[in-house]
Amino acid sequence: MSLGSIFDIAGSAMSAQSVRLNTTASNMANADSAAGSAEEAYRARYPVFSSVQAQALRGDFQASGMTSMGDAESSVRIDGIVESARPVEGRHEPGHPLADENGQVFYPNVDVVEEMSNMISSSRSFQMNVDVMNAARSMMQRVLSMGQ
Amino acid sequence: MAISFDNALGIHEQALLVREQRSGLLAANIANSDTPGYKARDLDFRALLQDAFNGGALGAEITDARHIGTDSTAMPQALYRVPSQPSVDGNTVDAQLENAAFARNALEHQASFQFLNGKFTGLIKALKGE
Repeated sequence: MSLGSIFDIAGSAMSAQSVRLNTTASNMANADSAAGSAEEAYRARYPVFSSVQAQALRGDFQASGMTSMGDAESSVRIDGIVESARPVEGRHEPGHPLADENGQVFYPNVDVVEEMSNMISSSRSFQMNVDVMNAARSMMQRVLSMGQ
Repeated sequence: MAISFDNALGIHEQALLVREQRSGLLAANIANSDTPGYKARDLDFRALLQDAFNGGALGAEITDARHIGTDSTAMPQALYRVPSQPSVDGNTVDAQLENAAFARNALEHQASFQFLNGKFTGLIKALKGE
């Protein structure tokens, strides 16, 4: 059932892209959140995508050999969210209420330009998967009307 | 005199099946366009159709009684795409190319469907004797 699995595949990609868009929103929202120490400062978060064999997702990969359909079609899974390892930015602002004894305030390591490009990329990918789903739907509808 | 559906429907039945399988594969490519290390895959339609012409089903050929047959819904061998612009993270999906291939495949699917549907309409006409 190939056409049916397209909905699962495109759906998993859409959900993965929406998580990515969520992390971008979180990063952008916190781009200027100051903290009193480097440890407390917000760090940019990114999801890690990996592909899952559709067959393994359905749980029946033992039933039919690995040469069949399942090992070719893969949906997307989020392996986890990682925090950026870039050093956080320390600024000398003695007047800031959160400043430490040296007058340092720590700002997140969020690169707003990078987040913007991430946002555009994920919304484009999302859009593309919506198109795929719509195309699969019309293909399926057409097949259902066969012989009529 | 029995009607042989295999003869009546011709190649279109198998063509439609390959189109559907290919659409699933291309959808997976598009879905994984941002997954690091994912390799884009596609089917060689010409080779598959040639196989179907030569009498083989879309699957493994059975040349010995002990061979286990594959069902007709099994995916034929999918090949890896040669990337035109390889990326640093090992992903070989070219979103534009995949999107174009998917749209084209959807159209070709419609064409195969029209042919197949035409065969059915013809059969129904013959049965009714109109």
